[in-house]
Amino acid sequence: MAALKDVAIIGYAQARNERRAQATEVQFLFPVINEALEMSKIPRREIGFTCAGSCDYLSGQTFAFVMNLEAVGAWPPISESHVEMDGAWALYEAWVRLQHEDIDTALVFGSGKSSPGPPAEIFPLQMDPYTLTPLGLDPVSIAAIQGRALLDAGKVTERQMAEIAARSRRDAMKNPYAQVTGDFDVDELLAQPYIAAPLRMHDIPPISDGACAVVLATAEKAREVCERPAWIRGIDHRIEAHQPGMRDLTTSVSTRLAGDAAGARSAPIEVAELSATFTHQEPILCEALGLGDDVAINPSGGALAANPVMAVGLARIAEAAKQIVEGGHGRTVGHATSGMCLQQNLVCVLESD
Amino acid sequence: MSHEPCAIVGFGQTKHKKRRDDLSLPGLVREAAERALDDANMTWTDIEAVVIGKAPDPFEGVMMPELSLADALGAVGKPMMRVHTAGSVGGSTSIVASSLIMARRHKRVLTVAYEKQSEGNAQWGLAGGRSGGMGAGGIFAPWMQSYIRASGAPEHIGWKVAVKDRLNATKNPYAHLQLPDITIEKVRESPMLWAPIHFLESCPSSDGAAAMVLTDEEGGRAASKPPAWVLGTAMRSELGSFPGRDTVRPQAGVECAHMLYDAVGITNPREQIDVAELYVPFSWYEPMWLEGHDIAGPGEGWKMVDSGETELTGSFPVNPSGGVLSSNPIGASGMLRFGEAAQQVRGEAGEHQVPGAKVALAQAYGGAAQYFAMWIVSSELHPSLS
Repeated sequence: MAALKDVAIIGYAQARNERRAQATEVQFLFPVINEALEMSKIPRREIGFTCAGSCDYLSGQTFAFVMNLEAVGAWPPISESHVEMDGAWALYEAWVRLQHEDIDTALVFGSGKSSPGPPAEIFPLQMDPYTLTPLGLDPVSIAAIQGRALLDAGKVTERQMAEIAARSRRDAMKNPYAQVTGDFDVDELLAQPYIAAPLRMHDIPPISDGACAVVLATAEKAREVCERPAWIRGIDHRIEAHQPGMRDLTTSVSTRLAGDAAGARSAPIEVAELSATFTHQEPILCEALGLGDDVAINPSGGALAANPVMAVGLARIAEAAKQIVEGGHGRTVGHATSGMCLQQNLVCVLESD
Repeated sequence: MSHEPCAIVGFGQTKHKKRRDDLSLPGLVREAAERALDDANMTWTDIEAVVIGKAPDPFEGVMMPELSLADALGAVGKPMMRVHTAGSVGGSTSIVASSLIMARRHKRVLTVAYEKQSEGNAQWGLAGGRSGGMGAGGIFAPWMQSYIRASGAPEHIGWKVAVKDRLNATKNPYAHLQLPDITIEKVRESPMLWAPIHFLESCPSSDGAAAMVLTDEEGGRAASKPPAWVLGTAMRSELGSFPGRDTVRPQAGVECAHMLYDAVGITNPREQIDVAELYVPFSWYEPMWLEGHDIAGPGEGWKMVDSGETELTGSFPVNPSGGVLSSNPIGASGMLRFGEAAQQVRGEAGEHQVPGAKVALAQAYGGAAQYFAMWIVSSELHPSLS
């Protein structure tokens, strides 16, 4: 791969995650996009490329993303595209587009309203329609299989999983966008019943309605408008075999490949924001990215504190950028995932100047 | 040009049919992808990344199908992206794939688009899963009426486009509809669906897939068959509904075309472009896009149709493949336009080849005629655009 052009995150914003937003997706996207643009100091009309990530099946209607154009204000017409993926992949597409050098800014957003439909009925449709969807494997049940494999391999204990949940919820108390927050005692968490053994309620992400927007700029533009940009030092994504039985669920090969290609291991990471939607996925991802005990994991509370599907991965990248822009850190990583049991993963390494 | 040149070195498509019940979804995309790889003289291991596109997931009832198609498309261990921009998606997907090459991110990219309409009910899907849907024809019919009123076009123009595209399709073995006996009279006498659109002026529902292999300049120069060079790409979107919107000649379509012409150095598209594959799901959209993309002046598009200029043997052939009117696997329909344009300049279009085609335009549109994707390809990387 050729040398990359420097691109930075110069603006970001998130919606306050809610279990059941009264507003429509367009309504809660609108202020998020405005806020990200305001932070970037780039006038809406000057944005060179816009890319969105969302999913028809969440809102239960076809072409749901078309409505989201209203939140961007696509008049006069804009140069625009959409991925039926987490907004993190929209960021990837925009980052690639910025490498062409004919434009210098891009607006990216991801949004999802999970509340209208029951995830246990919708997400089995994400599996192979011939062999897996008919089994009705819901996300929690299949994650429980992964959690069990990890426990059996001795890579995690139920206590460690509860500690991850307690830490995430405690950290989330400082995150105004988080949904599940508070100070929880690990023993009390472990006294709760299983939802799908070995997973208890605290091991499972909340159902969230939310959105995230990010503004990207090439080097010259970023320096012109931004005091402390978060530079994208590397970004890559990989997919694995679909059938969970074809994979070793206790590791994440695709995260390791993407992380290595993005340079995650080439220098120490200070903060990692990981889309570990289930507690046991955090150690899998840490191992795949080579993150040691000295790395702060998910100071935002992560996906266990708010899980706005289609925005949660982009929100991790935004939080990783925030650690550089507002938190004074030098090198962070944001991670996004797609599919069951970490089938597809994206890693974005960010640095300060 | 600061970006890496992009070449199309392989193209493949399925036989499009009403029902490909001989193939699963992985089988369908694989049939097109393997043909594209064979055409490029490559194997799965040569591919660095996969970009897949299709129209709404509820059309087949599979949510984010890239996840279950990753294995069939040889994507395991590689980057895989999924594009969705309504009807323009096959075009946008091609553009996203070319962007990966132009950005020097990858040297060899496979892109695939598909729809298996027989697995679901597109009319239901187009209505957003609600009852009382008008169908795409119901949405577009008033705008076609509006064009007819403003341009003074005679009603046989639509029939003529329908006959031309279906006769072109008889020269394309992959095309769904094979209607060698079609006549103006038969189109006129076919049932009225949405005035002014008769049954035979409307696209079919098809199962099908299209695929392309794209490479960098080195790959294009080393290709075993002549490549098509991507001279420029453009995407434009606008809101679907607001007071004062020009739905007949949407501003996004005008700007998309001019952005592309400017990038490529086209000042007189009608003269400088040899052949066009335009997204014409209903007959009247041929003259509407000829004007909507400033290939013809206001009120001149239908005259190009009437004088036979858009026929295979005309001065500006449109849809020599038979177009969307002959095959409409929705998600793939845009990529078929983009791939057929490439085949024309590669000299690989077979019986529907436009002799000596050097510069070809492809276009796809979607939503309420609000999403546009276009590219221009050429047999030469730096053609003299006379």
